[in-house]
Amino acid sequence: MKTNRSRRFLTLLTALLALSMFAAACGGSESATGTATSECGTDNAVVKGDKVTDLSVAVVAPSDSQDLAFTQSMIDSLTRLGIEPQVTDGTFQVEVAADAIRGYAEDGINVIIVHGTQYGGSLAEIAPDFPETSFIWGTATSTQGIANIFAYYPEAQQGGYVNGWIASELTGGGAIGVVGPVEAGDAVAYINGFKAGAEANGVSNVAVTYTGSFSDVALATEAAEALVTVGVEALTGTSQSAVGAVNVADENGIPWFGTQSNQEAWSTDQVVASQVYHWEVILDDMFEMIEEGTLGGEAMSLTLENGGLLVEINGCFNLDSDIESGAQDIIKKIIAGDINPPA
Amino acid sequence: MSEFFTLSVLIATFASAVRLAVPYLLAALGETIGQRSGVLNLGVDGVMLLSAFGAYYTVIETGSHLLGVGVGLLIGLFMGVVYAVVTVHLHAKQGISGIGIFLFGLGFSDLLSQELVGAIQPIKKLPSLAKLPFVGGIFEPLEDIKYIGELLFSHNLMTYVAFALVPIVTWMMNRTTFGLNIKAVGENPQAADSLGVSVERTRFFAILIGNTLAGLAGATLSLQLGVFQQNLTNGLGFIAVALVYFGAWRAKWVMAGAMLYGLVTATRLQWQARDIIPNSASDLAAMTPALITILALVLLAKRVRGPAALTKPFTRH
Amino acid sequence: MKRLLGASVPLGAALLAFVLGSIMILALGENPISGASAIFEGAFGTGDRFAVTAVRATPLLLVGIGITIAFRASVINIGGEGQIIAGALLSTIVALLVPDTPRIILIPLVMVAGMIGGGIWGAIPGALKAYASVNEILSTVMLNIVAVQLMNFLLRGPMIDPIEKNGSRIPQTERLSDNAAMPTLVDGTRLHLGVVIAALAAVAVYIILWRTPLGFRLRAVGHNPDAARAAGISVERNITLAMAMSGALSGLAGVMLVFGSESLRLVTDGGAAGFTGSAGFNGIVAALFGGLHPLWTIPSSFLFGALLTGATQLQRALQIPAALAVALNGLIVLFVVSSDRLRGWLDGRLNQGAFDNETAELRESRNNSTDQQSEAADPHNATP
Repeated sequence: MKTNRSRRFLTLLTALLALSMFAAACGGSESATGTATSECGTDNAVVKGDKVTDLSVAVVAPSDSQDLAFTQSMIDSLTRLGIEPQVTDGTFQVEVAADAIRGYAEDGINVIIVHGTQYGGSLAEIAPDFPETSFIWGTATSTQGIANIFAYYPEAQQGGYVNGWIASELTGGGAIGVVGPVEAGDAVAYINGFKAGAEANGVSNVAVTYTGSFSDVALATEAAEALVTVGVEALTGTSQSAVGAVNVADENGIPWFGTQSNQEAWSTDQVVASQVYHWEVILDDMFEMIEEGTLGGEAMSLTLENGGLLVEINGCFNLDSDIESGAQDIIKKIIAGDINPPA
Repeated sequence: MSEFFTLSVLIATFASAVRLAVPYLLAALGETIGQRSGVLNLGVDGVMLLSAFGAYYTVIETGSHLLGVGVGLLIGLFMGVVYAVVTVHLHAKQGISGIGIFLFGLGFSDLLSQELVGAIQPIKKLPSLAKLPFVGGIFEPLEDIKYIGELLFSHNLMTYVAFALVPIVTWMMNRTTFGLNIKAVGENPQAADSLGVSVERTRFFAILIGNTLAGLAGATLSLQLGVFQQNLTNGLGFIAVALVYFGAWRAKWVMAGAMLYGLVTATRLQWQARDIIPNSASDLAAMTPALITILALVLLAKRVRGPAALTKPFTRH
Repeated sequence: MKRLLGASVPLGAALLAFVLGSIMILALGENPISGASAIFEGAFGTGDRFAVTAVRATPLLLVGIGITIAFRASVINIGGEGQIIAGALLSTIVALLVPDTPRIILIPLVMVAGMIGGGIWGAIPGALKAYASVNEILSTVMLNIVAVQLMNFLLRGPMIDPIEKNGSRIPQTERLSDNAAMPTLVDGTRLHLGVVIAALAAVAVYIILWRTPLGFRLRAVGHNPDAARAAGISVERNITLAMAMSGALSGLAGVMLVFGSESLRLVTDGGAAGFTGSAGFNGIVAALFGGLHPLWTIPSSFLFGALLTGATQLQRALQIPAALAVALNGLIVLFVVSSDRLRGWLDGRLNQGAFDNETAELRESRNNSTDQQSEAADPHNATP
């Protein structure tokens, strides 16, 4: 078990080293709430933080823990909190995930992070059987009224709005393309926010293509190619298949906007900014409550205001400083409630 | 709608269809040869996944596309040997052994990718003709020709290999002794055997070629996309097998099937990008390549009989 | 003695697969023995684990016996995935429409609906093959794709949970009526009625195939269509029927996946496997593993169910990716099917695999299970 853990950890570390991810300790400069700009050329790996809790933690997640998207955002967040969770990833089938969740609970794990909205139905059956265990479930807006469930949710439309606004500044009103998977889940919130941000700044054509698949890279690639023939001057997209679309952006010199995890590693030149989920902001609070004996009952969301959403700007892209400060104004307005991006 | 029917958009759609069709074409041509010899291989998808990963990983380690394609080809060859031994010599049931190969490829390529690569990292895609080292200069003026350039000269080398294989396979099947032997052992192995054709050896090499082409298809897929991830093919190999039936075991009709599938996919993505198909119908749009392929076959289906000895192991009396 | 020797070959093959699996586990820096014990623990460790294994095997068994009917009529049905989805969709629609129907009526009702849904999805390729010469491998592969997108369309639109519609927009239905839930057999475990139904269905399929005129006609068509036609049997109708029945059983598997699940709802992750867990393919493996015999498919699907549940434990206990189990699955299939001939040698009956006297017939039907085969039993394949 011990060797295994260190192996996992080493793999994780080496993998993360390959990415240029934001980390305050590693040369990134935090300029204001809501944004951060990486320094070009530095190795911005996720750095393991000081361990915040002695609780044992397990994660059950639908995609691979190194997907540079949804699942990795959670693993990275735990790393920043100094926690090495037990992980069961790639459990896209709900019944298998339910089996794993129950298994961890029976093993006596203190906190089980149930990282997939689709697992909610099963969780509602499992959680009452293990009143001593705390379940952290997302993305979800409600705890389903169960005392030992915490829920978490990203206000993805907020960062989407900021991304959309920056994109519209870059295209000067020119068309923008979005490559989506299936029109469902938090992808929709991000895309709606993105559209609103772009349209508020004079873009009349935000072309959205849903490929019908979360994982088909070939489809995402050709969807992006099709958007290029429409004449889009900036691209964004969600899901693990988005890497195909990033490649198209990279080849055509079209700026790309990422979400969920920092996607600079996918294209150093063309990734402008990524909305990154920093779950640690709310996880920290939850762990504290759990240690004090409150095992759930609250839903928390990531926002630009609480720092859970961070628009991480790629230092290598050399974004115009006017645009960057403009983006910060937008963020301030969103935090102040002057702008309410639609979800 | 009208903006779709402009020359430049139509050409872009066609180019997109070609990119989508190439992996189908390569894999389906390989499957055609194997089935003509009397061996069904449902494991194409698994072979493709292994080769796709092998090629991708080779490019990460060496930076060479040539080596990458070579490794993909070798993995295909190796899986061909495995499949040939299993089905031709050990007489294993072909349907199930193919699914065994598929499951092995699906799992093992995923395992290797998690352990050796970790987080998805894009690699350089296969270059277009004009960007080839040494000879690229020759093609540069060709690629610059308006419309024609994009239509004919903007693709990567594997695309031309794939389409060149169509007449080559046709020629091989109809004009060479080996090809005629393949058809003979696929139709009536007993008769072929009595004429001195080694059924086992002919099938062995037919499967080898078939799997090698599946390997090329996998390598082309990952290098053309510049990435590998779990289940990259998304069932592409199964569609390739289906296209063999669409093409009634004839290379040029298999090509027509692959192009049809690619063209419908490319068109629906274009129409979605132009809001001709609204987002609320995106899933319905995603069905169209599958539906149109079935419909086309219903309308075109001739009563073509497949290789008579398909899936039958051969034992000499 | 011969039989014993014969039986030892597939076991040896499975063992060889496990040796290779152990090497892989070693390469990952883990102890293969703890790996094997984790799989065993996960699959049979407690009564509850045993129940989970049985539940996981249920859709494999239903798909498997359906596949058997189709293969016996010489139709290769690889459309299990689509047929599962079609069955799940129609049964879910029924449960949404009449949620308050009493349990004693609603459970049979959703089962029938699921069988109709799957049956239609199977009958289409069957009819296309019989009447329009469209090869069933092509049509089933394509209809799988259509079914997934239909599910995505329905679950994010008309059938979506009203809470999700304005919330996180997860493409899933609301929690379905408790009256439609498969009753639990043993309290505190997941063991539900579906397990028994599937086993009974296997017996029923056995009886239908070998003890009824219908079964005789289906097998006659699979065995030798020309002779069947000469005997006045409609080849077209029976091919369509075989696919419809095959699809209906896969549809029933879809019912079990929805109404035997803890969450009691239909949810999609955009792909087929997210809902089916690839039961449409694993069921084929289970069926062929069981020698295309409905009764042998029972232990065979249980074995694969055990591997699947064991894999979850393997990942949880040792952090070994579930992908390893998938690869291992493939290896086991390959080794065991390859050992068929070896077993034949040992049995002194070269080229006659499987488990009993059905074998010869089985192989014939498989051999003919391709296109418009018109040849009689193949002379060069007969037993010397």
